[in-house]
Amino acid sequence: MTVARFWRKIPQRYNLIGTKCETCGRHFFPPRTFCPDCRRTGKIVDHKFSGKGTVVTYTVIQTAPDQFISPGPYVLAIIRLDEGPQMTTQIICDPKEAKIGMRVKSTFRKIATDGESGIIHYGTKFVPVE
Amino acid sequence: MRDVAVIGVGCTKFGEHWERSFRDLFVEAGALALEDAQLSGEKIDAMYVGNMSAGRFIEQEHIGALIADYAGMATRHIPSTRVEAACASGGLAFRQAVIAVASGMEDIVVAAGVEKMTDVEPGETTDALTGAADREWEGFVGATFPGLYAMIATDYMHKYHMTREQLAQVAVKNHFNGARNPIAQYQQEITLDTVMKSTMVAEPLRLFDCSPITDGAAAVIVAPLDRAREFTDTPIKVLATAQASDTIALHDRRDISTLDATVAAGQWAFKMAKLTHKDIDMVEVHDCFSIAEICAIEDLGFCKKGTAGKFTADGETALGGKIPVNTSGGLKACGHPVGATGIKQVFEIVQQLRGDAGRRQVDGAKIGMTHNVGGTGATVAVHILGRV
Ligand SMILES: [Zn+2]
Repeated sequence: MTVARFWRKIPQRYNLIGTKCETCGRHFFPPRTFCPDCRRTGKIVDHKFSGKGTVVTYTVIQTAPDQFISPGPYVLAIIRLDEGPQMTTQIICDPKEAKIGMRVKSTFRKIATDGESGIIHYGTKFVPVE
Repeated sequence: MRDVAVIGVGCTKFGEHWERSFRDLFVEAGALALEDAQLSGEKIDAMYVGNMSAGRFIEQEHIGALIADYAGMATRHIPSTRVEAACASGGLAFRQAVIAVASGMEDIVVAAGVEKMTDVEPGETTDALTGAADREWEGFVGATFPGLYAMIATDYMHKYHMTREQLAQVAVKNHFNGARNPIAQYQQEITLDTVMKSTMVAEPLRLFDCSPITDGAAAVIVAPLDRAREFTDTPIKVLATAQASDTIALHDRRDISTLDATVAAGQWAFKMAKLTHKDIDMVEVHDCFSIAEICAIEDLGFCKKGTAGKFTADGETALGGKIPVNTSGGLKACGHPVGATGIKQVFEIVQQLRGDAGRRQVDGAKIGMTHNVGGTGATVAVHILGRV
């Protein structure tokens, strides 16, 4: 991955900035620049998400690809953000704690290093809410 | 639209072919299909080639021309087109060939699929396969392919209370079938214990829930049905071709453990063929992971949502059951050279319909179905084939 490819999405990755369609009110994260419901009549604006959500499903990855900071095991989940959209993320918790319906909130962490360049990529992960 | 028939099929053995190149594999599959149709290469009007990632696996793009060249077609200049839809590349190549003949544009068309996966390190292969999902918002945050299907399994088991043992029966059954298929990568039967004690990959999926990394190629030849008997005594009619799409990322699906693209393609195919699931004698489904077969047989309508675990454990998908599933051994035991899989599924159904499936023959097979998935369900191709 080139630096530009990651850097381009820094606002989204670091701050959970997605988009919202002002015509129908639907929220998008990952961000979309085209509303699939309103199509040409949609009006897309940036939207900062609260960072709170609920686990929809998860797995514990035992063997991670080389570039990921946590070599495993780590918890990978799909969460539903309180604003509606779903996203894939890592959850920082004891793998035994992970469960469907668990409340989580976003946090800023290292995600991966690029093997050859050694560049560290940061992004959003989630942690359980007490 | 003209009626279309399969007049010849060929497939290499699936496995780790360290001594053989990408070119060797597809030339062998093509030659077998031509021989089967007793056809000379000069009769071929066009080619469609399913291939997912030769760019990553062997650093070769421009696969359409390469294959036409090494198949001896360069001086005839026939059109040759690569088709890519991740693991559904083969199914889409077959569909393009069928459409070309149905439309009247071409008469004799080759649909092939090829993948050479063992020329790079396993880590590189895994990473290339992640490109079938959403690289930006799944792959970059740590999702692997087994991880994505594991999340489908977690969701499914939570909703429908399928047991881990029921899920394992998919792999046990597919290895049983693979042991009866001379082209299969794994021709050994396994037990429930083999699956349950294998290495955990991504909870709840273990190593024996996952399809392997495979080299292989397959080719089929299609022609107008009214010309088919010039080439073969046993033409197999294409009764339906359907293709559907869905969101690239799993997290954007309406329901995590239903592949809506499978539901759509299945319904369209049944409508086109004017048939129902009850008419199907056997089906090749896309079991890249055991959970994928569970979802597929439900989403195609062979059993009700939430019941496929019990249906499988009861033997209804085994040879001799209500609806034999993956008589070839499926992706799990026959192997999964991604671009070739969709064509191999057609190869298997054609063998069954001709009565050539040997020890895994479904008695009196008249109508069969194939189901080929790209990614976690963003592309699905379904075909129905029948004896004439
Ligand atoms: Zn809208």
